[in-house]
Amino acid sequence: MRHVFCVRIGPIGFRVGSDWRAPIDALSDLYRYYPAPNLPDFTVRLEATRPWRRWIRPSIAIAGDYTLPEAAPLPLAQGLLAAEMAMNLQLALGGRRYLLLHASCVERDGQAVLMTGESGAGKSTLATLLAAKGWRFMGDEFALIDPDTGLVHAFPRLISLKNAGIAAALAARPDARFGPLLKDTPKGDIRHMVPDALSVGAMDEPARPALLLYPHYGAASETRGVPASESFVRLTQASTNYVAMGEAGFGALARLVRETPAHAIDYPDGAAAVAQVEALWRTR
Amino acid sequence: MRYRAPPPEALLTADLDAFAAVFHRPSGITHLLASPAREILAALVDAPLDLDGVLAALSDRFDIADASRAALAARLDELVGVGLVEAA
Amino acid sequence: MADALILARALADPQSLALDTDWTGLVTMARAEQLLGTLAWRLDGLPLPEDVAVLLADARAAAENGRRAALWEAEMARRALAPLGCPVVLLKGTAFAAAGLSAARGRSIGDLDILVPRASLDAVEAALLAAGWEWVKPDPYDDAYYRRWMHELPPLIHRDRDRMIDVHHTILPLTARVTPDAAALLADARALGNGLSVLSPEGMIVHAAAHLFADGDLAGGLRNLWDIHCLLCEGLEDDPDFALSVIEEAARHQLDAATALALRLTHQMFGTPVKSYTHPARLDLKPRPLDRLYRRRLLARDDWGRPTRPFTRFAFYVRSHWLRMPPAMLARHLWTKWRRG
Repeated sequence: MRHVFCVRIGPIGFRVGSDWRAPIDALSDLYRYYPAPNLPDFTVRLEATRPWRRWIRPSIAIAGDYTLPEAAPLPLAQGLLAAEMAMNLQLALGGRRYLLLHASCVERDGQAVLMTGESGAGKSTLATLLAAKGWRFMGDEFALIDPDTGLVHAFPRLISLKNAGIAAALAARPDARFGPLLKDTPKGDIRHMVPDALSVGAMDEPARPALLLYPHYGAASETRGVPASESFVRLTQASTNYVAMGEAGFGALARLVRETPAHAIDYPDGAAAVAQVEALWRTR
Repeated sequence: MRYRAPPPEALLTADLDAFAAVFHRPSGITHLLASPAREILAALVDAPLDLDGVLAALSDRFDIADASRAALAARLDELVGVGLVEAA
Repeated sequence: MADALILARALADPQSLALDTDWTGLVTMARAEQLLGTLAWRLDGLPLPEDVAVLLADARAAAENGRRAALWEAEMARRALAPLGCPVVLLKGTAFAAAGLSAARGRSIGDLDILVPRASLDAVEAALLAAGWEWVKPDPYDDAYYRRWMHELPPLIHRDRDRMIDVHHTILPLTARVTPDAAALLADARALGNGLSVLSPEGMIVHAAAHLFADGDLAGGLRNLWDIHCLLCEGLEDDPDFALSVIEEAARHQLDAATALALRLTHQMFGTPVKSYTHPARLDLKPRPLDRLYRRRLLARDDWGRPTRPFTRFAFYVRSHWLRMPPAMLARHLWTKWRRG
């Protein structure tokens, strides 16, 4: 294709081709310190919906190795978002080496905290706040569980901040690098933040899962233990490839829920949540 | 009608607290099984049984004495429906 | 511009791949043509760059999971249909897997396709509905269209397993100009020993050829042609004149032209070791002018996985509708689609 960018995020390599220069320039800038893959695992194509739409009201069709029929085109101004969505989609639909959990993940001393929950539960915000307190950020979208070792691999892609989360992240990490503000996307206002250099530099180091957390924003602070059976059900729901992984997925998930203590935490605000997580960490 | 269970090597079982997660290798489907579904499968491991045979095995070998014929038939139908037990 | 010739060569002769192969392009093309698992098996054991080997190992594992799921779907259909006592013949990918054929190695398998006698169709439909399958689309126009003109029931999907089944009573739509002898295909089917059966080796190739040329716009054609190559190679191991039996079987179903075309193309593109015959049946492998157009269409895929050659593609699309339906019916069919928007 006319414009190309290749990047490796954790163990996953991507090749992004585009009919336009702008999305590739944005990716090249924000992923500046990430390595290039030897062999991309997935190919993404940002294509004009019709040949003339390269110039007239440019509109990006999201294509690649894996596509969803309902993936609607996006305007060129939201090219970075299109690329990020398409990369996530490839991994979600095509990933077979690791059990994928829709979870955020931070690490300390080689041990990882995995946080998962429905959209709005705050898993992404929490990971960002913990990273600001010195934890290593491993990712806010997918945690990659290796079925052979049980270890979690980092997937520290750009952090996608939404609406009020943008100002909160700017306040917490004034030194971080941010992408352009994308207004009025299908998800509201979006701005991408580059994970800190330490997290990117250490992204090839996997960690042992040590805590599974199910955060829930908007209630008084409360922590309750979650039995392994409930974790099993919750995590099959939170995995995009559990079924496709077959026996390897079953083995990885059964081991994860049996070996890793799990807690549901309700929290009223970010500071309280960080305190709750660190308390659980000390008594794990 | 007799009921047949898959051979033990066709099932991978992870005992969790409230139930067992059972991976059925021939289908790649994970089943969450609580009592008495697990005992029913265990009762059928050695040989296929009819309804009365399963009923007897449950009370003799697994100490499940309160199983009614109708309730057991319903559980067996569920297991047949999901493919874990074959009726022939 | 790159086309999928490199993929066809890699499948036919894996040893021929150069060290400086564009692996990214090859993998992307293979994925787009649903041939990555097949390629992974063909390259298994060869010295490969480590990243390539890892990616292909994933593809083999994924294909193996897919094979299991497909065979399980066949088993569940068998259980549902066993009480009817009618023959149930597996078709396409599931049949190759169930019969342990080389065409199944790494092959992605989609829906479950079965062939049953036309007289059993109503009973089969009722038994599947009772066992948890449901209609995919409740649309009355499509339904009437299927029942009147197609060679299969409208597709059914299983409510728990989310897998589709296509129930055929012959191998081409009733609107096609040729009428294969479905009863003969059923009569020659080979039992698998579990109540299911598969077409005879010759029947499989004739069906694959019919499917490739007469019943579609050649989308996914490279994989279908690879199936034919594998089936031929296996048949030729047992009988050096297997291609003759194939041509004779094709003639019974008025599919000799399509089958001969398939044999020529697989010979040209994959080097299938078939030879020409003049007696007792005729098979001429000499390339014909139109073969080139077919090859161009089958290889119309670039190293980004994009479909290429839009004019060649469009020609085949129009042709495929033309073949399946007499012209006035095509107009009516399209009109109904347009009007419904």
